[in-house]
Amino acid sequence: MGVLFSYFKSLIGTREMRILILGLDGAGKTTILYRLQVGEVVTTIPTIGFNVEQVTYKNLKFQVWDLGGQTSIRPYWRCYYSNTDAIIYVVDSADKERIGISKDELVPMLREEELADAILVVLANKQDIPGCMSLKEVHQALGLDALKNRTFQIFKTSAIKGEGLDNAMEWLANALKNRK
Amino acid sequence: MNSFKRDKKEEEDGGSQFLNLEKTTVLQEARIFNETSVNPRKCTPVLTKLLYAINQGETLSAKEATDVFFAMTKLFQSKDAVLRRMVYLGIKELSSLADDVIIVTSSLTKDMTGKEDTYRAAAIRALCSITDATMLQAIERYMKQAIVDRNSAVSSAALVSSLHMSKLAPDVVKRWVNEAQEAVNSDNVMVQYHALGLLYHIRKSDRLAVTKLVARLTRMSLKSPYAVCMLIRITAKLLEEDDEAGGNDSPYFNFIEACLRHKSEMVVYEAAHAIVNLKRTTSRELVPALSVLQLFCGSAKATLRFAAVRTLNQVAISHPAAVTACNLDLENLITDSNRSIATLAITTLLKTGAESSVDRLMKQIATFVSEISDEFKVIVVQAIRALALKFPRKHGVLMNFLSAMLRDEGGLEYKASIADTIITIIEDNPEAKESGLAHLCEFIEDCEHVSLAVRILHLLGKEGPKTKQPSRYIRFIYNRVILECPSIRAAAVSAMAQFGASCPDLLENIQVLLARCQMDSDDEVRDRATYYSNILALQDKSLYNNYILDPLQISITALERSLKEYIQNPEEQPFDIKSVPLAAVPTPEEKEMKHKAEGMLVTQGGPVKPPPVSREENFAEKLSIIPGIQQLGPLFKSSDVVELTESETEYFVRCIKHCFNNHLVLQFDCLNTLSDQLLEQVRVQLEPSEGYRLLLDVPCPRLPYNESGSCYVVLQFPEDDLPNTVGTFGAVLKFVVKDCDPATGLPDTDEGYDDEYMLEDLEITLGDQIRRVTRANWAAAWEEAATEGYTEMEDTYSLSSMHTLEEAVQSIASFLGLQPAERTDRVPEGKTVHTLLLSGMFRGGADILVRAKLALTDGVTMQLTVRSPDPAIAELITSAVG
Repeated sequence: MGVLFSYFKSLIGTREMRILILGLDGAGKTTILYRLQVGEVVTTIPTIGFNVEQVTYKNLKFQVWDLGGQTSIRPYWRCYYSNTDAIIYVVDSADKERIGISKDELVPMLREEELADAILVVLANKQDIPGCMSLKEVHQALGLDALKNRTFQIFKTSAIKGEGLDNAMEWLANALKNRK
Repeated sequence: MNSFKRDKKEEEDGGSQFLNLEKTTVLQEARIFNETSVNPRKCTPVLTKLLYAINQGETLSAKEATDVFFAMTKLFQSKDAVLRRMVYLGIKELSSLADDVIIVTSSLTKDMTGKEDTYRAAAIRALCSITDATMLQAIERYMKQAIVDRNSAVSSAALVSSLHMSKLAPDVVKRWVNEAQEAVNSDNVMVQYHALGLLYHIRKSDRLAVTKLVARLTRMSLKSPYAVCMLIRITAKLLEEDDEAGGNDSPYFNFIEACLRHKSEMVVYEAAHAIVNLKRTTSRELVPALSVLQLFCGSAKATLRFAAVRTLNQVAISHPAAVTACNLDLENLITDSNRSIATLAITTLLKTGAESSVDRLMKQIATFVSEISDEFKVIVVQAIRALALKFPRKHGVLMNFLSAMLRDEGGLEYKASIADTIITIIEDNPEAKESGLAHLCEFIEDCEHVSLAVRILHLLGKEGPKTKQPSRYIRFIYNRVILECPSIRAAAVSAMAQFGASCPDLLENIQVLLARCQMDSDDEVRDRATYYSNILALQDKSLYNNYILDPLQISITALERSLKEYIQNPEEQPFDIKSVPLAAVPTPEEKEMKHKAEGMLVTQGGPVKPPPVSREENFAEKLSIIPGIQQLGPLFKSSDVVELTESETEYFVRCIKHCFNNHLVLQFDCLNTLSDQLLEQVRVQLEPSEGYRLLLDVPCPRLPYNESGSCYVVLQFPEDDLPNTVGTFGAVLKFVVKDCDPATGLPDTDEGYDDEYMLEDLEITLGDQIRRVTRANWAAAWEEAATEGYTEMEDTYSLSSMHTLEEAVQSIASFLGLQPAERTDRVPEGKTVHTLLLSGMFRGGADILVRAKLALTDGVTMQLTVRSPDPAIAELITSAVG
């Protein structure tokens, strides 16, 4: 029993997890990617296409794809859905006007068959900006209550200050380990 | 060990894994790109196969390309350097085939600005292949940085990519001029060269800027020999364009001359090449350049010898005296172990040499002609052609040489150039005709090129009957009927028929041969034999002329179209072949059209060869928008373009006169050059001369700034009154003006006002109503015209304004719009009398034959004889000349 368990554990430990970071343009996806990879804030420009990096967190290796969020690039997200283990969906909590659009992108995406088993992490980003929406408001606005049969969690983060990302990754790592 | 065995096995199978690649298999294999963890050792060969397949000419559909492109983008997750570089190649190959390739922009931008130097240059190149004009602005900052990057590979890649991008977004690239300027100062030879290339490209349309650039750089002494070579080319171009800067004193010329003393041989050669190729170089200026080339002729390096002798070869015609100075060196090169050099040396000597040296040189070249490639053999043949025209008396030697070459192995192009040369010599030199034909006869006995054999048989049919002993050729021709493939047999039948029609004493024998041909296994051969045999049996001269000796004059494509129309709309009347437009007579310019590539970094693609349709057929399609145009019948002739305004006026109007059987359609092409005006209802109001009836007026509805549009006027020719068809029409351009905003081109108001603009008078000439017709056998047609009851008119004129016979021949042919026959448009040198034979067809289909006997006295005196079935036409022509 013990031998078998460690066998499985090592299997999970070596396989690279594939994670997509998605969300509207200007939500902070690229900043989050490099915060996770190098641990600091880098200057970014709007992503035309994608960035892909390897991130190691707590002995787990992640292959993280950060796809551009501009309207023109969103249609290409689907090209990268297959074999995805988890989705990190980033929301600009200060952008109340476009939270509806953000929901409209999220909902049909979760219906995609290729993403049926993917774990979802929602990051309510830019919490450092005064007057931004709270975690609850974001949760509500995205209609996350309606989600069933999906392992998911929402976190409040500030990629600039580096707050909340650790919690989110901790949770994600555990969720991936516990996944059958 | 295992893999070694496998490799060996593959080798035995006769090829690598790349042999017999299937596109679908490769695309299937490319699915491994989508796997979560990328295996570079598996993916790299698949990518290689994909690139190989594309480069072998496999075409991917947009969907296939896009799918595989997106799969390939997933390989960016791998850090494997080899795989990444393959991905760059893949991006470049697929960028033009797949959709949405901008998806890799961010990834490539990251690589081009990253730390990994091996990625950066290649990433820039790939990035530029996927970028369009709008995206270019997004990466502009990185491009500017890359141009001035310390890493020379990165800088070069950015410069060359910019040059390519300037085709797409010239305005954006223009903004990088400062960076390019800085890169010119680079220590790296390639960067400096590429920077100069970009800088010149940005500025080349601005003369002043180019002048400044050259002035600055010629003083700066560039480090890179490549850049200096380029600068020499730019400077030479400036010298050619600028009339005043020419001469010894010009700083440009001084710079080029100074480059003759450069330490790099490449630069020295480039300078010498530039000087000898300048149009206005004087013989004194030429001396230093030639001494350099002379020096190179004796160099130990084969490349230098080759370059020098090739340059001398090219300028041998324009500067014969100067090249003669190098004769001794060229003589030494005749025995050069490099046969390309030897060939060029000999042909150069042939071009400049005296008649006496021809025999010796020909003997020399014969010793190694079998060792050189076809390409150089063609050069030899061309030299021989030039020689034969220069020294007609040497035709014997040259002809023997050519026939020896014909007997050797060689490709079609080579053989065709020999045959062409022999044909040219035959045409130019009557003395050489018999021996030339004999050589050609011998050649077709064993000729593997069908097209060439057909051409030669055709020539034999044309020229053979005019020789002293026509019967000797028939054996050669009939042998083809027995031995060759159907298309050659058919050509041979046609050739024999020519003999039958031209030589009455051979007719009986020809008929026997043709009768045998009617048993041939091929349809075409049997048909031709039956056709000719029946015509010949009738013994009617005029039938011979029209159906055997003179080929069909009409345009084949037009005939096909007319017949199709006839079948679709059956009429009571039988099909009239006269209603089919005549084939266009190729002009000498078209025959000699050549393309000269710009010797700069970026070469534009050559002009696309126009499909072989006549101008009339093109216009016929364009004119079909005019209502009721079908009732006018087929388009007979379209005139050259006549300008009715100066080219730099407010409105630029040109006219093309389209002549139909009884109607004249005038097409006015108008260009609006005023940016603040929109023209509407543009039309041309005509004052036709007496007898013309105005039928229809088709205005051009809208004519915005800088666009051209056409309006049309349909007229009926004066009926039964030919003399009045020639006349002058007054013309006024009428239109409605709407003032508009120059920036948007939208009219300020809906209200416009009428305006008009005087045009120059339009002349309708005799030539507009006549089409050129090529007659292979003018004399026969002339004789036949007499027996058929054509009207003959004759008159004598004195053309006092003409001073040479050439001038008179030119102007008569172009004035009457007739085609010179039997090469009488060329006046032999030193003659004072000449007979010009012309033929054509008047609208409506009446033949015109004109004989003009010219004599040179003070002016030119001309006796003009016209034969035509219609007396009115004959009269019109004689009266028009006066």
